[in-house]
Amino acid sequence: MAEPILQKIAVAETHAVTAGSPPTSPLIEIRNLSLHYGSSRALKDINLLIRERVVTSFIGPSGCGKSTLLRCLNRMNDLIDTVRIEGSVSVGGHNIYAPDIDVIELRKRIGMVFQKSNPFPKSIYDNVAYGLRLQGVRRRSELDASVEKSLRRAALWDEVKERLQTSGLGLSGGQQQRLCIARAIAIQPEIILMDEPASALDPIATSRIEDLILELKKEFTIVIVTHNMQQAARVSDDTAFFYIGELVEFGPTSRIFTSPSQKRTEDYVTGRFG
Amino acid sequence: MSQVRHFRARRFDFASFFFSSLAGLSTLLILGILAWILINILMNGAGGLSWHFVSTIPKKDFFVLANTGVLPMIVGTTIRVLVMTIFVIPVGVITAIYLTEYAPNNSPLTRVIRAAVNNLAGVPSIVFGLFGLGFFINFIGKNLDALLHNPSGVWGQPAIIWASLTLAVMTLPVVIVTTEESLKAIPQGLREASLALGATKLETIVKVVLPQALPGIMTGGILAVSRASGEVAPILFTGVTYYMASLPHSLTDQFMDLGNHVYVLCTQSPNIEETRPILYATVLVLLMVTFALNFVAIIVRARVRKKLRALG
Repeated sequence: MAEPILQKIAVAETHAVTAGSPPTSPLIEIRNLSLHYGSSRALKDINLLIRERVVTSFIGPSGCGKSTLLRCLNRMNDLIDTVRIEGSVSVGGHNIYAPDIDVIELRKRIGMVFQKSNPFPKSIYDNVAYGLRLQGVRRRSELDASVEKSLRRAALWDEVKERLQTSGLGLSGGQQQRLCIARAIAIQPEIILMDEPASALDPIATSRIEDLILELKKEFTIVIVTHNMQQAARVSDDTAFFYIGELVEFGPTSRIFTSPSQKRTEDYVTGRFG
Repeated sequence: MSQVRHFRARRFDFASFFFSSLAGLSTLLILGILAWILINILMNGAGGLSWHFVSTIPKKDFFVLANTGVLPMIVGTTIRVLVMTIFVIPVGVITAIYLTEYAPNNSPLTRVIRAAVNNLAGVPSIVFGLFGLGFFINFIGKNLDALLHNPSGVWGQPAIIWASLTLAVMTLPVVIVTTEESLKAIPQGLREASLALGATKLETIVKVVLPQALPGIMTGGILAVSRASGEVAPILFTGVTYYMASLPHSLTDQFMDLGNHVYVLCTQSPNIEETRPILYATVLVLLMVTFALNFVAIIVRARVRKKLRALG
């Protein structure tokens, strides 16, 4: 099977950019990935390397497959009966579509934050503790410590520490989304997937989420889908541009936005369509 | 030259008037019928109602005022409804969970189950009674006796347990459908959030989906109780009896029932004029027991809702 040229370029460039800083190896390797919903193909032969502890953004017009690809990374597409997937996705060298992979374990290691903030109708404390309790953590002191740490890391602690036992649904939209981030990082995943995490938020809440992403990338590998090109430019190190199910271009964010090699990328990032 | 157009004078809108009147009259008609029934029963039944009446076991000739009492019927109706609830809620909820959360949508099996549930809802209640006699008593009960070597026959005869199970089968569709509706109303995002945190499907259902669906499930229970508490046909062959000198002691005993007793008083009395006040009082007690059972369920549901709202 011939390696797509596009991908070789992307790898070469990303290595060049990180020269000097500690080397970051590819954590997620997507190889020849195609996805079908019934008879229609939503992703065509995607090849992509996502580096450890950087922020990778997926951009592209609506319906280009960026969210679908994101949901392939923690196998959320398994929930849809009609989905068929070809190719492979490796995380840390293991193909997550191999038959012996435990999907539950996979999802514990790859957290997800959704477009529409979806805290459970439980207290703030119980929201953050949910994943830990699933793993059998029962000791109050351990839960307390972890809830506080997660809320601090999600930059929410100071706003909610007085009302941990009140409902998570009583928070503002931006706070709810940070609560969902706290909930995701409480179980110590290696990777966090974010599906348009700020698309429903006002500019101030959005900028708080963006600051948070920059803070979190010190510890986590983050993949973010966004409609907002300024956001991709601000928060991400690598950017992948998708168009109608295909990966058009992938490389360091600065290059994608300043000197894209593909005409379609240029048209999109300059706002000529999309 | 400026010309201001005048607004057209308001005209009488006959169609609106006609249909709003029609809607109002229909509502009035329903309220009127309900009021007439309740007032009639209250006026005629209140006189016969007394503490003695509701706390006494009647003598064999219960058509005359001196021998009457409805304690065994209150006990029988209440127990058969409660036992039915204990069976119908878990079975109905588990079926609804299977249909909404597990069964692949539009698979032939799912469609067959849904069709069966809908058809079950349309079966006349007397047919359920015959089914209960044939299946629960003659098949399960008789075989149970044979298996347990009960020569006298403990299970293979009409009993509270069989009447309750027959009612449970009858009310199964309403519990399944209401539970399904409340499960479908829960946002998919909550399920995804749970699964993305590494929860299994079962954990997601138990910890996230079911607590949210609880008020809806209880609505199903309330509808089942309302339907079952006044039904007589399903219990005719499966457990109810004309007369018992004592209260039932176990679920394998037969029982007296308020609805059935109303029928007996109506049709078997040698002296209609003397029985009429007893009949009215018994109907009043039947209504009160039905309302009381519903009321308890509604109070519990309101509490659950309040608790959920405090968190939601």
